Amino acid sequence: MATPDEPRSMPAPEINPGDEAYFAAANEGRLLIKRCTACGETHFYPRAVCPFCLGGETVWEESAGRGSVYTFSVTRRAGPTPYAIAFVTLDEGVSMMTNIVDCDLDDIHVGQRVRVVFRDTDGEYRVPCFAPE
Amino acid sequence: MSIRGKACIAGIYEHPVRKAPDLSVAQIHAEAARGALEDAGLSPSDVDGYFCAGDAPGLGALSMVEYMGLDVRHMDSTDTGGSSYIIHVAHAAQAIAAGKCNVALVTLGGRPRSEGVSGAKVRNWGPNMPDVPYETPYGPLTLNQYAMVAMRHMHEFGTTSEQLAWIKVAASHHAQHNPHAVLRDVLSVEDVVASPMVADPLHRMDCCVVSDGGGAVIVTRPEIAASLGQPKVAVRGAGEAHKGLNGGRVDMTTSGAARSGAAAFEEAGVKPADIKYASIYDSFTITVLVQLEDLGFCRKGEGGRFVADGGLISGVGRLPFNTDGGGLCNNHPANRGGMTKVIEAVRQLRGEAHPAVQVPGCDLALAQGTGGSLATRHGSATLILERG
Repeated sequence: MATPDEPRSMPAPEINPGDEAYFAAANEGRLLIKRCTACGETHFYPRAVCPFCLGGETVWEESAGRGSVYTFSVTRRAGPTPYAIAFVTLDEGVSMMTNIVDCDLDDIHVGQRVRVVFRDTDGEYRVPCFAPE
Repeated sequence: MSIRGKACIAGIYEHPVRKAPDLSVAQIHAEAARGALEDAGLSPSDVDGYFCAGDAPGLGALSMVEYMGLDVRHMDSTDTGGSSYIIHVAHAAQAIAAGKCNVALVTLGGRPRSEGVSGAKVRNWGPNMPDVPYETPYGPLTLNQYAMVAMRHMHEFGTTSEQLAWIKVAASHHAQHNPHAVLRDVLSVEDVVASPMVADPLHRMDCCVVSDGGGAVIVTRPEIAASLGQPKVAVRGAGEAHKGLNGGRVDMTTSGAARSGAAAFEEAGVKPADIKYASIYDSFTITVLVQLEDLGFCRKGEGGRFVADGGLISGVGRLPFNTDGGGLCNNHPANRGGMTKVIEAVRQLRGEAHPAVQVPGCDLALAQGTGGSLATRHGSATLILERG
């Protein structure tokens, strides 16, 4: 039994001040994460203030956009089409919520290698999703 | 300052309603309050402390004390989702120990069933949420976030759907004796794993019920409790914790119960093996499994074997749990299960549970709650109660 990844309407991100750069980069096909200049740690989701030291100077860094599936769930009965929500651990070390796309959803597995792809939302911004390498 | 022995639960009430299209949320809170006061043998004018969480309408405590006509000198609207009411009991004990109030009322009420609100819909958390832009596009539901924890737990420890199903089966064995329970049919493991897959690896029967309803408890000084009619149920220890995504350093198979449980056991001066009955928050089967491990009832990764073969069935297994049928079968009012966890633990300690599920000689009980999302960010509360 296969569960194809079908096009799905994704709600537009309702961004807050400070989030613009992340989503503008996504529109250009780039995935950004944040690093704190005080303690040196990367973090996700991105914040203006470091969640490890409360440092007030965090800077954007571009991720290589590759990682592995930490966990996932194919949601089968809560919308018009099945979709795969997941956490992907980027090779830079941080994990992020995302969707796994462009594959048979029944073949997704923990530990699977994935690469970033970008998907349209219902608004002006695109968002990073991941597809099997 | 320890709260051990500083406060007692003197009154409990679980609203019998499970579908309430004609009751307002404020009315459900107030009816639950009246029931708990009557159970305690107290009157509204005795209440000088009030506790509620995000299910209370309007400005929380301000709206509800005004609606109920209370006159309080201490208020607390701490909201850690469904675990809030377990934390409220501990906070009430702290306030009583500090002399801030003598009779604390905690209420819960809501109508998710009538309003069509469930864990299968993306919630609108309103503006200014820092995480929402990075999560909402991906369709996070209460359902699929807990499912992701189950998937990871299966990957790390080999936990199976059949083991998770045993948790629902145990709840159903208890719910058959509860005339108010939403689901009263005794289920088999096969029934659970044959129910539709809603969010891999969780089946429909891995989920709790959606019910309208409410509940309330009264927390008071031991000397006041002793002057009232009910068997004495004392707060022996409590702990609270939060757990989140830790800036992206994700660990989903350990919950906040690891910290709230350790704090509660330390304050109570007891260990998991001493607990005769446990109310364990059961939004989903996986919620129970992870908390049992984190509380120390078994080692991390061994929850599947612990719950299998009736391990949680009263009179059968090593740890009787949720003898009212829990959120999985009985009642999950306002989509928040913490209140009913406290109530059934008190029933057990009083010896007032249904005779078919009453634990003989139940003198030490635990109530454990998890609120929010196990995968992303949640609050955990552990409460240890004793008889006498």
